Amino acid sequence: MTAGPYSAKVMEHFMNPRNVGEIDGADGVGEVGNPACGDMMRLYLRIEEGRVKDAKFRTFGCGAAIASSSMLTEMIKGKTVEEARAVTNLQVAEALDGLPAVKIHCSVMAEQAVKSALDDYAKKHPG
Amino acid sequence: MRKVYFDHNATTPVHPEVAAAVQPFLGGSFGNPSSIHWAGRDVRKAVEDAREEMAAFYGCRPLEVVLTSSGTEADNLALKGVAYLEGNAGKHIVTSQVEHPAIINTCRFLETQGFRVTYVPVNRQGIVDPESVREALAADTILVSIMAANNETGCLMPIGEIGEIAKGAGILVHTDAVQATGKIPLPWETLPVDLLTFSGHKINGLKGAGGLLVRKGLELSPVVHGGHQERGRRGGTENVVGIVGMGTAFSLLRKNMDAEVAQVRGLRDTFERALFDRIPDLVLNGHPTKRLPNTVNLSFRYVEGEALLLNLDMLGIACSSGSACTSGSMEASPILLAMGADPTDAQGALRFSLGLGNTEEDVSYSVDAVERVVAKLRAMSPLYHPREAM
Repeated sequence: MTAGPYSAKVMEHFMNPRNVGEIDGADGVGEVGNPACGDMMRLYLRIEEGRVKDAKFRTFGCGAAIASSSMLTEMIKGKTVEEARAVTNLQVAEALDGLPAVKIHCSVMAEQAVKSALDDYAKKHPG
Repeated sequence: MRKVYFDHNATTPVHPEVAAAVQPFLGGSFGNPSSIHWAGRDVRKAVEDAREEMAAFYGCRPLEVVLTSSGTEADNLALKGVAYLEGNAGKHIVTSQVEHPAIINTCRFLETQGFRVTYVPVNRQGIVDPESVREALAADTILVSIMAANNETGCLMPIGEIGEIAKGAGILVHTDAVQATGKIPLPWETLPVDLLTFSGHKINGLKGAGGLLVRKGLELSPVVHGGHQERGRRGGTENVVGIVGMGTAFSLLRKNMDAEVAQVRGLRDTFERALFDRIPDLVLNGHPTKRLPNTVNLSFRYVEGEALLLNLDMLGIACSSGSACTSGSMEASPILLAMGADPTDAQGALRFSLGLGNTEEDVSYSVDAVERVVAKLRAMSPLYHPREAM
């Protein structure tokens, strides 16, 4: 099902987002975006033995922002910290079968959220 | 799936009587209304009959009706037509910050052509203060253009008072009445305006036809130069189908407007009350009473408008976030920001505009749907779940 400017994949993730919520005592939390500008994402990570064991999110934003958040959590689960940090916004957009040009910033927000959450993890777990 | 159309400020369904009335002009009646032979004569009569319906609705003279392709073209004609009037020395125009893009962007263009434009603000409830118009007037002001009703909030502007102020200073007055027409009385005889814009497809007519009322005796420079059509004020062979359809739409309004307005107002009020009863943290964008009877614009705090709109679309409900022209951009509605709305709340605004054909079932179905969708999106909103101190 496509709607407006979005691919079927975006709509599927938007209507049925994966991994919504939070993680109690998360190992890393990232918060990026600005609601006054239309979107904001908070990402919670559980890290075990150097791998992303679990990821959950809460997002304020448009269809593309919510779909990007959902897709991102699916992509990073099981990845090593280094692999998760290497995920790019274009990979998120590609996994969603593309985003409209004006919505690319939503995938950028997802990429920034992982980096922010992993920075938080590194700060809490030095060495 | 049930389909509910709550976007009548964007466009309206074509009335069946309009569709029937234009049929001959899609077939045998094909002539050019400017032709003097048999093929043109009947078509000319149909165009002039339609013009008379429009004139009868507003209470103006048929020769005061200039037909255009759209409300946007009529707005262009009003502003540029006055600005470029031969011998016009003035270079200043007064409008408001919440006008339709057809006015705002025409003013922006005129600013590149040596004109100055003052965009007066609105109050927190979205209404222009007539005193701010008075203060904006300059020695060389040539035109005041203030909409009769706002497309996004439905707010009614005090065009009577504003018109009196401008006319008292000898300045021409235009009002964009695209949204107001068919919803509030606009008696041309007593209204202190010289120019008034309307559009056919907002009143159950066809897209591609609009018009400008031009007070008798007022000269305008044409924007579309061409033949002698519309008494030299707008060149181009007439859009006969659109004009005939618009004439029928106006004749239906003359018969049915009061009853339709009462019905739509009842449905809108029920819808609005039910939403406020059932959903916490709602903000009304606009004035509680000085508002079109069919429009309600609400901010659903903690969630974003496009996400709401898409979810409602999936449930068959058509409404609008921001104005249709800006929904491809990330900016919050400039109209809500001009009203001083909280920028985050402005991102979560939806406009519901009701109209002919809506029912009580539409309202109850939509209230349930909106409640469900708002709850779903709030459950995933970081703003609804503030981060605990870490």
